[in-house]
Amino acid sequence: MSENMNLTLKVWRQRNNKDKGKFEDFKVNDISPDMSFLEMFDVLNEQLISQGSDPIAFDHDCREGICGMCSMYINGRPHGPKEGITTCQLHMRSFKDGDTIVVEPWRANAFPVIKDLVVDRTAFDRIIAAGGFISVNTGNAQDGNSIPISKIDADIAFAAAACIGCGACVAACKNASAMLFVSAKINQLSHLPQGQPERMQRVRAMVHQMDKEGFGACTNTGACSAECPKEISLVNIASMNCDYIKANVIDSNG
Amino acid sequence: MSLNSNIPEGKLEEKWIKYKSTVPLVNPANKRNLEILVIGSGLAGASAAASLAELGYKVKCYCFQDSPRRAHSIAAQGGINAAKNYQNDGDSVYRLFYDTIKGGDYRAREANVYRLAEISPNIIDQCVAQGVPFAREYGGMLSNRSFGGTQVQRTFYAAGQTGQQLLLGAYSALERQVGMGNVTMYNRHEMLELVIIDGKARGIIARNLITGKLERHFGHAVLICTGGYGNVFYLSTNAMGSNATAAWKAHKKGAYFGNPCFTQIHPTCIPVSGDHQSKLTLMSESLRNDGRIWVPKKAGDNRNPSDIPEDERDYYLERRYPAFGNLVPRDVASRAAKERCDAGFGVGNSKMAVYLDFKFNMMRYGKVEANKAGLNDADDNEILKLGKEVIKEKYGNLFDMYKQITGEDPYNSPMRIYPAVHYTMGGLWVDYNLMTNVPGLYALGEANFSDHGANRLGASALMQGLADGYFVIPYTIGDYLSKEIAVKPISTEHEAFAEAEKNVNDIISKLLNVKGTKSVDHYHKKLGKVMWDKCGMARNTKGLEEAINEIREIRNEFWQNVRVTGLADEFNPELEKAGRVADFLELGELMCIDALHRNESCGGHFREESQTEEGEALRNDSEYSYVAAWESNGDKWNLHKEALNFENIKIAQRSYK
Repeated sequence: MSENMNLTLKVWRQRNNKDKGKFEDFKVNDISPDMSFLEMFDVLNEQLISQGSDPIAFDHDCREGICGMCSMYINGRPHGPKEGITTCQLHMRSFKDGDTIVVEPWRANAFPVIKDLVVDRTAFDRIIAAGGFISVNTGNAQDGNSIPISKIDADIAFAAAACIGCGACVAACKNASAMLFVSAKINQLSHLPQGQPERMQRVRAMVHQMDKEGFGACTNTGACSAECPKEISLVNIASMNCDYIKANVIDSNG
Repeated sequence: MSLNSNIPEGKLEEKWIKYKSTVPLVNPANKRNLEILVIGSGLAGASAAASLAELGYKVKCYCFQDSPRRAHSIAAQGGINAAKNYQNDGDSVYRLFYDTIKGGDYRAREANVYRLAEISPNIIDQCVAQGVPFAREYGGMLSNRSFGGTQVQRTFYAAGQTGQQLLLGAYSALERQVGMGNVTMYNRHEMLELVIIDGKARGIIARNLITGKLERHFGHAVLICTGGYGNVFYLSTNAMGSNATAAWKAHKKGAYFGNPCFTQIHPTCIPVSGDHQSKLTLMSESLRNDGRIWVPKKAGDNRNPSDIPEDERDYYLERRYPAFGNLVPRDVASRAAKERCDAGFGVGNSKMAVYLDFKFNMMRYGKVEANKAGLNDADDNEILKLGKEVIKEKYGNLFDMYKQITGEDPYNSPMRIYPAVHYTMGGLWVDYNLMTNVPGLYALGEANFSDHGANRLGASALMQGLADGYFVIPYTIGDYLSKEIAVKPISTEHEAFAEAEKNVNDIISKLLNVKGTKSVDHYHKKLGKVMWDKCGMARNTKGLEEAINEIREIRNEFWQNVRVTGLADEFNPELEKAGRVADFLELGELMCIDALHRNESCGGHFREESQTEEGEALRNDSEYSYVAAWESNGDKWNLHKEALNFENIKIAQRSYK
């Protein structure tokens, strides 16, 4: 079993949305390699509370990598140094004794800081509300096996649907673009027969809302996909662009 | 007050059909004037909010997370049951009903459970229509697998992320209604008080968690869809924010709490690794389809699992329960693991773990794959490699999760697992309409007590949450609201709102003004330890009596010495936690009181005084065949009993042998 660690943390502190914010340094000692990154923050916060200082605010909930709530930008990478996981799944065995770790919130105009490491991601909800659904009221459905869906299509739809809406793609992108998030939902639905009737209006409505929220443009760098904890593929963006062009052609031809 | 479950007359299989055709309706014009508050946005809350808005009601929905898509339903892994009988293996509505009643150890209402089974196929249809990408076979048809406590394949799934996919389906339906203006969504809001006017639920006080401001909201009806209370134990598979506060505030305002001691300890979780542990992670029950559970035959055997030969392994579930083997229900599997570990046969550093081993089935699958590929002379290593690929396809994300947390590779050595708190069968008491004893106040999903008796079968929680929200409440709420059409929205200046807001303010200032020396987590951990040790997998009179006293002491100390940092009118997660833990400190006591009074073993509630010679749970039907519904009365509780009548199922001692 490896030794416990002493670490230095440089953490972004910002009282609220109006505050300018700054980095503060903290020391944490005797950190077990079996702790998760967030459990290490629990230890730090206990320390701050016992000193009578304000603990660091950070978003977290399920702590098993599926809710999408945790959101730290660790040493310049969303969800930290390991691929394919969220911050809550990052364990301290990925760090060494004596390390200095820099922790910031997601940085994007469309994700304003609420406090410290907590940001407002409701822009994502509004994009879904604009068209990220199939319009089927409860009770309208036919038998689940009445439309066969090939395993291949079901698997592609599932891979896109695995997006947890955490916003790491936006945080990773130099333009703070939300294309990966938006295209994942669009591609899930466009690979299923149920998603066809609204396919063209969906892509237009969601892209329109995305632009309205102030997310940046996509320059196909691919940082979003590289940093995505669910490894959502860049192919989704290409497919979405394809649909978007088609939808606009259809629209301009009436 | 007497408890009336309002179960419709008639034969079991006709009750719901008849009810639906005779329940009073609200006409569309009137629906537009009726406001419904939905607290919580998980499977129950999101599906209810969306479906009610589709009908035309004005809906407001609240969640404490930053988005309704975060609700903890998202973490459910294994699947959702439905009596579709797509596998032609003998399933039926009756069989799902029967399995659920038996699995719940005969402590659930027949009529509710039958309705649940009856609705189950519609849920799958609805989800497929929404674009939920369930697993499919190559021919394009929906795929199924088995779960504990059943002998048919009726579980629908989406890899190990079924809850996520179902929740995102419900979330998309909800957001569609938000976009249309039919639902107003309140993210980062927490319900902190129920407002009752003239005996009816008429609104809530919610705290805006960003600004700290208290808000008053009126509704003709209030739906509590806030999930379970497993976090009373501090360590559980629940999300960090999962809490009982909304349900508990409703309870203190008069709603009865049903069977609070019925908690589910899930058998297959990753064991505790140290004092720093903040939560426990489940390894889906679906793994028991292909994983065999064992411990060494020799106590204290420290060899590597791969060095222990077959004949020195004790596959204790297969040994004790040959008919169901590794697929016995959760309560049975959990107790059996505890029994082996307590007897000294546990494995790993802590010795509080058992092995979940996939090698046998990897070899089995590997052979099939080798045959398919025509590799007749493949050696064991090649076969194992092929088998690993099959296992990866089925459970890849779970294996990755295990490796991430423990640092060990489960493809090469067995998983170590141990039971952990997972689900609470108890909850607010509701009648057939899902209404509590407070008129206009409803409870849906895990927040109510209704369908799972003393033990929930795997893949039934998702089914119940969605049944309640999509297909039950849209009908049953009409029974109440049809009589409310003349009620104009009540001004939130009403004194009942002012008083409720004052209560909340008083509690918040009290918490902030203790200015003690110990953190909220300190008390939460203390409470959790008492609950786990004395009201966990095995309970007895002495332990429960001690627990009740200890919880009272912790509660007193909390109110004298807790330190809550920050201010009331700002984003303050410590304050949020403090309020929730204050409520757990009361609920924990009630759980122990309920566990003490129920001097029988049933389902997840195992009283050491009540067991068979073989150590199996021993029910006492003549004395305890009832729902214990507790009424809050100052700092005490009064017990009300709803007798359970089994007219269609012959009750028997449960056997999985």
